[in-house]
Amino acid sequence: MESWLERVAAIEREDILMFINSCFTCTGQKEFYSDEEGQKVSLDFLHDYILGNYRLLYARTLAAGINHYNIGQIIVKLLATGKNIEPKHKIEEGQLIAKALQNLPTQRAWKVLAQLQNLRINNRRSRAIARDYWQQRPELSFDAVKYGLKLKKIATHNHFALEEELGTFLFTPGEPKRYNTELFEHRRQANFSNEAIYKLPFTIAEGLAVKKGIPRAEFLTHIEPQMTRGEKLRYLQTAEKASTRIKQIKFDLDWKRLSLTRLALYILSLSIEQRKAEFDLFNQALLTSAQRICKNSNFQLGKVAAVLDCSYSASGSAEKRRRPLGIALAAHYLLQTSAREYRPFWTIPVSEPLMVRARGQTDLATPLLDALEWGADLVIIISDGYENEPPQGAAEVLRIYRTKLDPSHQVSIIHCNPVFDPDTFTPYILSPHIPTLGIREAEDLSTLVNFARFADGNLSLERLQDYLALRAKQMLLQSTKS
Amino acid sequence: MQTNFLLSDIQLTGLEIAPSQVKGAIRIVPLLKHNVRYDLRLKSQQYEEPLAIVSLSGKLLDPGLKYFSYIPQGLVMSWSDDGSPLASSGTQLGSGNGKKMFGGLLRVIPRMSKKIEHNQLRFLPLHLAMEGFLAMFFGGPEIAWSDYSRRARSQGLNPRCEYSYGGRSIIGLENALRVFEIHQQQVGVMIFVAEELASVFVVPTPEDYRALHSTLLQDFYGELIYQYAYVYQTTYPMNVTVDDDQINNLKDLRREIELVRNSWADFQGFMANSLLERPVISKKVYQAGSFTLQRFLTDIDSDQVNHIGEAIVRDTGELEYLKTYRLSALQTKRVHLLSKLAQYNWNLDDTAQGLNISRNELIYRFKKTGFDYLLTEQASRINLIEQRQFDEAKKL
Repeated sequence: MESWLERVAAIEREDILMFINSCFTCTGQKEFYSDEEGQKVSLDFLHDYILGNYRLLYARTLAAGINHYNIGQIIVKLLATGKNIEPKHKIEEGQLIAKALQNLPTQRAWKVLAQLQNLRINNRRSRAIARDYWQQRPELSFDAVKYGLKLKKIATHNHFALEEELGTFLFTPGEPKRYNTELFEHRRQANFSNEAIYKLPFTIAEGLAVKKGIPRAEFLTHIEPQMTRGEKLRYLQTAEKASTRIKQIKFDLDWKRLSLTRLALYILSLSIEQRKAEFDLFNQALLTSAQRICKNSNFQLGKVAAVLDCSYSASGSAEKRRRPLGIALAAHYLLQTSAREYRPFWTIPVSEPLMVRARGQTDLATPLLDALEWGADLVIIISDGYENEPPQGAAEVLRIYRTKLDPSHQVSIIHCNPVFDPDTFTPYILSPHIPTLGIREAEDLSTLVNFARFADGNLSLERLQDYLALRAKQMLLQSTKS
Repeated sequence: MQTNFLLSDIQLTGLEIAPSQVKGAIRIVPLLKHNVRYDLRLKSQQYEEPLAIVSLSGKLLDPGLKYFSYIPQGLVMSWSDDGSPLASSGTQLGSGNGKKMFGGLLRVIPRMSKKIEHNQLRFLPLHLAMEGFLAMFFGGPEIAWSDYSRRARSQGLNPRCEYSYGGRSIIGLENALRVFEIHQQQVGVMIFVAEELASVFVVPTPEDYRALHSTLLQDFYGELIYQYAYVYQTTYPMNVTVDDDQINNLKDLRREIELVRNSWADFQGFMANSLLERPVISKKVYQAGSFTLQRFLTDIDSDQVNHIGEAIVRDTGELEYLKTYRLSALQTKRVHLLSKLAQYNWNLDDTAQGLNISRNELIYRFKKTGFDYLLTEQASRINLIEQRQFDEAKKL
């Protein structure tokens, strides 16, 4: 008979796990089985619930490796409710917020700060956080050109005293005849000269080029040096649908430095013929990218089997096109490089993973049985958890395997789910007998494999709290990213 | 020598039932085919007009029997005489599809089924079956009994109409079809709404099915299906569990999972027995080489669920195309009443005796099924007290 306190601890443990899991995967966007409104409402409720009940753990979740969207949400919610904080945790929370904000990609960080104005959040701490972030930006003039509207909002909201030229540029850009800051001057000249457009950041230049009627093909050839890797990749994706003249422009894209999941998503957006034609390039790029991740995170595994879902539901939604399948493909490459022995088991067998397509029914039971029969130490299932051939097939396999065939947990089985289910406030669970973890990028797999032992239900609440405290401490000690 | 094959009951010969996929109150059961021959193909042609008139006989715009409905698509079947495979050829909107009138508000279509080329036939899916249903006993009384109105005696049941609901008004159907994961070998589906069989749809090849999957939304469904989709949020929870005691190793487990799969198939076949285990009355519409296009109706049993539909059957008895519609209770009652009347030569007293009811109760049935326009004012009169008694009895 468990005591009252034990019961409370178990609930807290479940709550925190549920929250972290959701934060790994959900971004409030449309999914295959549910709309964006449901996703947002459900996730928002979860945030408020955890914030209200476990504030310290809520703040420390910032260090748990969750996705950027949720980091932003947590920061905003913490800043909005500063009154409720316990005095002894005040400093830690402030430091965590500042650090997390710094680690966010620039555009997301500015967005979070601009959101504070929309939500009418203005207090001493929020102003200090905004000020510190503002001051540590290495090149404010660049940010002012690229994210002008957001910076303007933030400056007004926090009553910043701006240096003369920055202030003029943000609030009365047309006034001066000349700017001393080089980039501001380019931006001013771009109103009149086509040459200056090509010295601006891509996103800004793009709009101006349309305004000036510069042909797209000409614009793209000139702007190339200004484009970031992400922008080039994004452009390549859209160029497939564009005219032949634009298609002919070849970018000097450093394939090997692209992030694994994004690269996988790009490749999946191509037709089978294109993938075949560039097979060596893509294969090599994915391998290099996976090797880099393994080296950086020291990710090493033994005999691993992956059960990968390539059913039609892996095609995701209009907002998250093919993301579940992209994660499965990226994970395939990552596991291939990190494991001593590895074998993939797709729901519909594919001869060459690069040619995989999201189609057909979900039969998880067969590949799972194959994986178990092969004798892996670790089985990783990447699936949205909806199976229909037969329904509950894999769930039954897992139940019997865990309770009867392998009760001592000789083989670890983890289910990684790329989809958040708004009805249950957590990624859809395949079976209660194995841990289900949210996943948004295959790069997070090493974090997830570590985290799985908590979700497995063997470790106590204290251990989970310690783990989060440790992660938080590590994050604060880590030097600022370059 | 060509043999035609008329159905006497619906059997899913050559098809395998796979486990269902559920979304909300809609359960969709995939039907798979492993031995696909490509000598028969189906292709859809979309009509955009909000109203279509089908000229059932004679020339397009001549006076005669016409069928009015919203018809969103026609199907073109192509077949080869020698059994050689056909590529899915693109068909063009040719003469067989009638012509547009009134600035695209109306389409006039010749016949329910029309041969457009040597090996191509265009027909209007489900409307073919519905037209057959409406035309049953359409002629009205053959002997001029004095109980029937003058109109009934001269024009029969004209005009005869039925109401149905479009797929888009079935709540949740659109979403269920969107998230449905089509199997590689799939050629058809059975659609259940709150566990009531709404329709069965089968085509000759998996490629055709993939192309026609979304047209299920353009079809029409019975009234009960609409109501069930409106009322129920979920299906009946069903689960098949594996028996722990039978399992000692992974091999056993694999065998048990295979059993689970089979029991799903059996059970879903059982769920559809209002159609699958019933004798049907079929009528040939067209003979295309070794394929027989026909429409059918389950035996009109007013105590059971009845379906109408159309099918293409190969001379070996294999089902190549099937589309069914579930009749509502009222529709069943109507056709039941008509069939009984026809059986007794439309004599009211004989029919009442045959049905084991009083003459007034028979009149009451005429009223309740909306056929009282067939009777004279005098004949359709029943006193109020009796009418109330019938109402009470019906409620019980």
